[in-house]
Amino acid sequence: MTQKVVPALLVEAVHKSYGIHDVLRGVSLKAHKGDVISIIGSSGAGKSTFLRCINFLEIPDRGRFVINGEEVAMKVGANGHAHPANWRQIERLRTGLGMVFQSFNLWAHMTVLENVIEAPVHVLKTDRRKAVERAEALLAKVGLYDKRHAYPAFLSGGQQQRAAIARALCVDPEVMLFDEPTSALDPELVGEVLKVIRELAEEGRTMLLVTHEMKFARDVSSHVVFLHQGRVEEAGPPAQVFGAPLSARCREFTRVLSN
Amino acid sequence: MNFSWISTYWPLLAAGAVQTILLLVISVVFGFVLAIGLALAQIKGPRGIKWLSRCYCTCLRGTPLLVQLWLLYYGVGSLLPLIPGLRSSFLWPVLREGFFFAAVSFTLNYAAYEAEVLRGALLAVPKGELEAARAFGMSPAQVLRRIWLPRAVRIALPTIAGEIVLQLKATPLAFTVTVMDLYAVAYKIRQDTLLVYEPLLIVTVFYVLLTLLLTRVFKVVESQVPVRR
Repeated sequence: MTQKVVPALLVEAVHKSYGIHDVLRGVSLKAHKGDVISIIGSSGAGKSTFLRCINFLEIPDRGRFVINGEEVAMKVGANGHAHPANWRQIERLRTGLGMVFQSFNLWAHMTVLENVIEAPVHVLKTDRRKAVERAEALLAKVGLYDKRHAYPAFLSGGQQQRAAIARALCVDPEVMLFDEPTSALDPELVGEVLKVIRELAEEGRTMLLVTHEMKFARDVSSHVVFLHQGRVEEAGPPAQVFGAPLSARCREFTRVLSN
Repeated sequence: MNFSWISTYWPLLAAGAVQTILLLVISVVFGFVLAIGLALAQIKGPRGIKWLSRCYCTCLRGTPLLVQLWLLYYGVGSLLPLIPGLRSSFLWPVLREGFFFAAVSFTLNYAAYEAEVLRGALLAVPKGELEAARAFGMSPAQVLRRIWLPRAVRIALPTIAGEIVLQLKATPLAFTVTVMDLYAVAYKIRQDTLLVYEPLLIVTVFYVLLTLLLTRVFKVVESQVPVRR
């Protein structure tokens, strides 16, 4: 290993508080190309907040972010909290981060196909015909080709989430961010969404996955990060985090869930 | 019932209908654009702008349209000639007409009502959808143009349809500032022929037809995006 590899995502010492409540207290994470990193932890540990800080849907108080080798310019405001110096840069970097939300968040006034081509056509300025071609291929891949002209309200939760994954894929992101993608789904619909995510992992997509599906995290992840009270309590390959965690809290957490 | 006058007066009736429709279209279109600005100012604006917008909406919704129209026509209208050069400018033929004042005051009034409707609708758009738009790299202007506003307008569509019908029924006030709209034509026919009911009946039919047309159009527009309720 003489060649220096630029990580797809490098996040250092992220801090975030709401009032006096410290949600994140110095979380760091590095993702190389092809890594599938699951972020686990009990609710309130800061998993979602951390993920949302990466694409600046939440503005972190402090931290260093290098996305695809480009460092986010931050400046410190009057209250001592940092914020992005240039929102244009954030908007540009966001197109390299495909986000999938817990509650799907498809745009209700557009058909599935229109949802999927929206960002490629209007943000990346891709040729519309090419975007449609690509979108249809992606929708076929997630099993929604037949539903491409349907409106989100007429789809099941699982179908909506698969459409949302196709939408995130259509900008060809360097890193995909999944924020509890199956938590809002009925149990019988979870499988179809996990199947799609698993396929993406096997294709070598770089992914960050906040999840409560422990078995799934253990199966697909290359790394697992256990967050506890805003800190990384345990991190390593799934075999370590689930099999032989060094931290007592992590042991407790994974033991309770695997029973 | 005597409708023999129709053969002589139908061109005037048609012209009146055109005036009424013009007043409606102008005030709804420009009022809507203005309303977008007012609604956004109330939601996103800095405190001063927010306050100004709220004041505007309260004042214009809280006073009779007739009073606003007359304040504009007799008040501002009498000040306009004092502006040097205006009387000789190419704008004067428009600015001296009652139609101009009616169009302006209807627009300002409609904007105030529509701003309130839009404000509610903008706030009713699910936050997650706006977040998704931002997460895909849209600029604030793009979020507004592509997601926020189109979503809000669809939410507000049934209310907007109602507001436009109300606006249609406000247009006869233009009669008081010399505009020959539908109602003014009915009034003129009454003076000429001494018939009271017949012209009013015909005019009523016009208004009903216009309302029917409006509701039809909006039904079609609403059906463009099916919503499951």
